Amino acid sequence: MLYLLVLIPIAGALASMLGVKPRQSALLASLAMLALSAFLIAGFAAPAPEKFRYLASFDVVAAIDLKMLVGLDGLGAMMVLLTSIVTVCAIQLSPQPKHSEGAYFGSLMLISAGCQGAFISLDLFFLYAFHELALIPTFLLIGIWGHGDRIQAAWKITIYLALGSFVLLLGLLGLYVSLPAGTRTFDLTKLYALQQGAGGALIPVGEQGWIFLTLLIGFGILISLFPFHTWAPTGYAAAPTPAAMLHAGVLKKFGLFGLLRIAYPLLPQGAQAYGNLLLWLLAGNILYVGLVTIAQRRLDQMLGYSSVMHMGYIFLGLASLNVIGQSGAALLLFAHGLSVAALLGVMGDLRERLGTTQMEDLGGLARVMPNLCLFFGLALFASIGLPGFANFAAEVLVFFGAFGATPVNVNGLLNFSPIQWAVIVALWGVVISAVYMLRAFRNIFFGPLRDAHRQQVDLAPAHRWPFALLAAGLLVVGFYPKALLELIKPGVQPVATTKVAQN
Amino acid sequence: MAAWLILLAPLVSAVLIWLLLKSSRALSSYVSVAAVGLSFVCSCVVFAGGDFTVSFNWIDFGPRLTVPIGLTIDALSKTMLLVVTGVGLLVHVYSLGYMHEDRSSSRYFAGLSLFMFSMLGIVLANNFVMMFIFWELVGVSSYLLIGHWYEKASAADASKKAFLVNRIGDFGFMIGILMIWALLGTVTFSDLEPAVAKLVKDPVGNAAILSFLTVAVLFVFMGPVGKSAQMPLHVWLPDAMEGPTPVSALIHAATMVAAGVYLLVRVNFLLVAAPMAQNVIAWVGMITSLMAALMATQQNDIKRILAYSTLSQLGYMIGAVGFGAAQAAMFHLFTHAFFKASLFLGAGSVIHGMHHEQDIWRMGGLKNKMVPTFITFGIASLALMGLPYVTSGFYSKDAILLAAANKSWIFLGLGLATALLTAFYMTRLFVVTFLNKPMSDAAKHAHESPLVMTAPLMILSVPAVIFGFGGVAKWFNLDVPHGPDPLHVPMLAAAVFVWGTVMGWFVYRNRQSDPIRIGLFARKFYFDELYDVLVKLTQETLARLSAFVDKYLIDGLLVKGATTLAFSAGFVLRFFQSGNVQAYAIFFGLGVILLMLLAFR
Repeated sequence: MLYLLVLIPIAGALASMLGVKPRQSALLASLAMLALSAFLIAGFAAPAPEKFRYLASFDVVAAIDLKMLVGLDGLGAMMVLLTSIVTVCAIQLSPQPKHSEGAYFGSLMLISAGCQGAFISLDLFFLYAFHELALIPTFLLIGIWGHGDRIQAAWKITIYLALGSFVLLLGLLGLYVSLPAGTRTFDLTKLYALQQGAGGALIPVGEQGWIFLTLLIGFGILISLFPFHTWAPTGYAAAPTPAAMLHAGVLKKFGLFGLLRIAYPLLPQGAQAYGNLLLWLLAGNILYVGLVTIAQRRLDQMLGYSSVMHMGYIFLGLASLNVIGQSGAALLLFAHGLSVAALLGVMGDLRERLGTTQMEDLGGLARVMPNLCLFFGLALFASIGLPGFANFAAEVLVFFGAFGATPVNVNGLLNFSPIQWAVIVALWGVVISAVYMLRAFRNIFFGPLRDAHRQQVDLAPAHRWPFALLAAGLLVVGFYPKALLELIKPGVQPVATTKVAQN
Repeated sequence: MAAWLILLAPLVSAVLIWLLLKSSRALSSYVSVAAVGLSFVCSCVVFAGGDFTVSFNWIDFGPRLTVPIGLTIDALSKTMLLVVTGVGLLVHVYSLGYMHEDRSSSRYFAGLSLFMFSMLGIVLANNFVMMFIFWELVGVSSYLLIGHWYEKASAADASKKAFLVNRIGDFGFMIGILMIWALLGTVTFSDLEPAVAKLVKDPVGNAAILSFLTVAVLFVFMGPVGKSAQMPLHVWLPDAMEGPTPVSALIHAATMVAAGVYLLVRVNFLLVAAPMAQNVIAWVGMITSLMAALMATQQNDIKRILAYSTLSQLGYMIGAVGFGAAQAAMFHLFTHAFFKASLFLGAGSVIHGMHHEQDIWRMGGLKNKMVPTFITFGIASLALMGLPYVTSGFYSKDAILLAAANKSWIFLGLGLATALLTAFYMTRLFVVTFLNKPMSDAAKHAHESPLVMTAPLMILSVPAVIFGFGGVAKWFNLDVPHGPDPLHVPMLAAAVFVWGTVMGWFVYRNRQSDPIRIGLFARKFYFDELYDVLVKLTQETLARLSAFVDKYLIDGLLVKGATTLAFSAGFVLRFFQSGNVQAYAIFFGLGVILLMLLAFR
């Protein structure tokens, strides 16, 4: 049944490309996908002994144990749901492309198919391959239908992400090769079982370090980990709105998902060895990129940088190496995905209708666009971690997990450990986020309205429900985070228990 | 059940208005008033009943971290519930009149309901995280309400400033919470209290832990410094007067700004374990109270005068907490909530009657034009100034001064100086606005506000008087212990009241303009200017520097350099020159897959 998650969007993509009412086919396929995801996630309400459900396997090359193994745990199910929600909204909010409508919507659906494939794969090879499948249409969308200096942006993002993928590939190869002979497999379920048996040292401790580092850099480039982040603002500013929504909301999360799925469970010692390096880098994401964000004067660039900045919080959760922090990180994947999609959606709508995202040129739009203002407000308060939204629940867990990662040292004044300092930096980052987000809100929507914009109208009714859907998702999880936390925990647990077993 | 209803009724109202009733202004306002009415009734029911706690786990990671959403009903929260819902109800009713002509009044009432929900959450919270959640939510409802007239640039800026300054306070608050949790393993107040008590039993053995706790408490204190607008984070509150006046009464005078005091009283057991922190808190409070009173003497906007007076009175309360006199702080919070709300609503009535004039030097002679407003404003002013032995403000201020006297003569001196200035600037305000001759046409033709606005004023002047009497206070769980009083503090307080009032009377009676000009006070000690420079020097400079580094060093030199190198090496040159992205992308995908297959073969 899980194969359907990939096949439905591919069918939608094919229909679009063949020119069968491209927009409608894409929307229909994405709605079907959403329904299926909801059905799959509902299945998790009943407890089951096994970690992965809906397992299915399809042999590709039996000789090297290469098979298309798919299955879902709560973490995967959450990502699948995220992908479906963001896809539906991206398609519905998409402006009409200037040409080649079929190829445009087809490419969007292919991104979605690739993401779904990556999130359901329990096989290293397909996990990687599906991600590549999703990247290619992203480049096409930017290069062909993009804004501004689109060719250059497309090249930049292509080269950058290709490099990331390449490093990632090296890391995966290294991981595979370092497995003790006889245990070499791409099958993650088998690897987890072996790892459990080996008490976290399935891969020799001496090898774990460099493999983890390679994976961290590879995945890190894909996630826009400082200092490999400059592709993101350029890319998101140039990309067509739905492509930016899908990439920032979902595809970028693949790197973090990969770290949670592969690097942390299989290389716990490596993760520990490079923990402090990661803290420096994520502090760069939060503090340095946060400051860069403040300096931005265009909304598209600002949102791009802010999404880079918020990756730092997810990394902080991962770096905590405990269930609380990593659950928070996982929840933040979901929360950030929805909120950034909504923010980019608003940005796209403004760009489409006003022709500018330069903040000095805007102002007072709340008067003519009350609904757009409302949705932007909801998304921005979510993204700056206001309680009531999923982002807060996630961030609070990240903070607690990370701050409690090391015992407190009561001797001496402010004698904090490196990760505790990182938490403090991250908390200051919350102030920084509020500075740039509220400034943008103020400059775009409040104050006196420009004469040039007096004739503007509110968000089109057909574009309201996708925003409402995103906001509802954020609020439901924000009020009742357990809804997702209970799903996520088992997906994160083995990671942490392997770690604990080590100590 | 009743306890949950208190909390949830306003939330339901806010959601209902936002989703369904936006276009129906009248219905929205009634729903909002009904919700707060229900909360008030339930609060009374709860007040009459016993103490209890109900809670469920919001986040549950076993013994490591459990965050409940729980309601504490005890003496402290019961009293506060009555203050919040009581004043809240009156302000809602008053708003029916005040916001009658505002075309966005639905949004306003939704905001008020959201605020009530958030504020009641603070009152009822049984743990730090829940407190923080609602703490931030009152922040956002305050943001929405200050910016209600968002088309005014000053209102939009003020709301942003209020939120950001509060966020700085919350930054420290969260660090404090994390430190306390890391040290003691829980965030729930009822679990923290015995743990702290155990530490205090052995102050020498636990010296290191207690000093860690002291630092944690000081970080927590940053929250109240922001929310209760204490030095040096006080700058947002005067600007917050850009919001509609009922909002100023409810949020920026009676309830939300007092949340900081309430929090400190709630975690008083932590403060007791950290005497050093208590000292800092006492100093911050008393310095704020004096400086704010000095600034109040030179303001000309009726609402701003009251705003600075709020700062000053909050300083008293924070100071009292620092003296270890939590009960006195609560007592003053309680009386202040009623008479200050009354003053703001009275000011609103004046502004309404004067067609949105707020400069007191364009008022005058309102005693004949607006009789009910004049009388109720007078009563509330006297309560604030502390008319001896008659008004509630006298008794509660006296309790704080007494606690100050028992701590140190410096604190008593600061407190008395503030009291003197309070009597002075309130006399100034009252004389210029009501008693002097009219100074503008608007003042000559001022009219009284409708009954829906004056009735709350009249109701509020009752507690302004009687709530100070010992018996009434005790009935509201406000049992203020009286320490030894060798200095006869009430006498001193009465003396400075007379002194300040007489001085104000003679300086300002029959004046057309302010005879006193002190730039330092009028410009608020140049705090805003100082912060502007500070922000420009640090944040803006750093931001611009980072952006430069990002654009020209990281992206420019490293990334572009690397790609240029790759291109010149001819690695991808062929695809690039063909300019066909499509072709490249396909090649790229195929290549990667091929590479994978080869590698894994």
